[in-house]
Amino acid sequence: MPTTRREFLIFAAVSLAAPAAAEAQLDPNLAASRKAAFQEALRRVVGDAQVRRGRVKLQLPPLIDNGNSVPLSVAVESPMTAADHVKAIHVLTEKNPLPDVVSVALGPRAGRASLATRVRLADTQTVTAIAQMSDGSFWSDSAEVVVTLSACLEEGLI
Amino acid sequence: MARAVVTMPAQAKRGEIIEIKTLAQHPMETGFRRTQTGELIPRDIIRRFTCTYNGVEVYRADLHPAIAANPLIAFTTIATETGTLTFQWVGDNGYTVTEIAPIRVE
Repeated sequence: MPTTRREFLIFAAVSLAAPAAAEAQLDPNLAASRKAAFQEALRRVVGDAQVRRGRVKLQLPPLIDNGNSVPLSVAVESPMTAADHVKAIHVLTEKNPLPDVVSVALGPRAGRASLATRVRLADTQTVTAIAQMSDGSFWSDSAEVVVTLSACLEEGLI
Repeated sequence: MARAVVTMPAQAKRGEIIEIKTLAQHPMETGFRRTQTGELIPRDIIRRFTCTYNGVEVYRADLHPAIAANPLIAFTTIATETGTLTFQWVGDNGYTVTEIAPIRVE
């Protein structure tokens, strides 16, 4: 359980305010079409394969003031040898106008399976990172973020 | 107009994992924004970033409109041999920027 006042506030904002606020901001049709787009993007990335949780570490700040530039980093546990390495890393979002954020292709020459970049987030939502291993398995991690200033709000998208 | 910055060590030990940070100057216009008169601003983004080490591709990223303006891409590679790393950004409207960085491996 959270102990300090700051931890408590972050915990409260993430656990209580986030889902309600996100639902209130999106009209139902838009929310449904974004969800369908996310599912389609997920299918395009993994096909029919099963995605397991773990091995991937997705890092994002839990509270974001400005969705226009959010630091995002992904690290995948892997020995990165010719026999066992990460082939690709994909980052998807649930509520951006387009679900895809970035797709990385790499191999044993990368040394470590990592990625750091800055992204745009349109709304309070869940961000998912998926890693494709050389043996064909998929691993994922998700992060829930609260966005106070949307990357697209001024354009009336949300 | 078209500029990019690459930060990486100039020399490394053989087999060492080196960190590379790249920053390209680009507005990454999403194609979802409108002007004050309501016209859609056409998409203008960097589509692909590639890093090749002595001609061998070691890292490639496909970018989408959800990448922030002036895209930062940080990653790692193994220093295998003395040579050059070539970084290329390719985007809409014929945007192409190439940066070359030498590395000395001992």
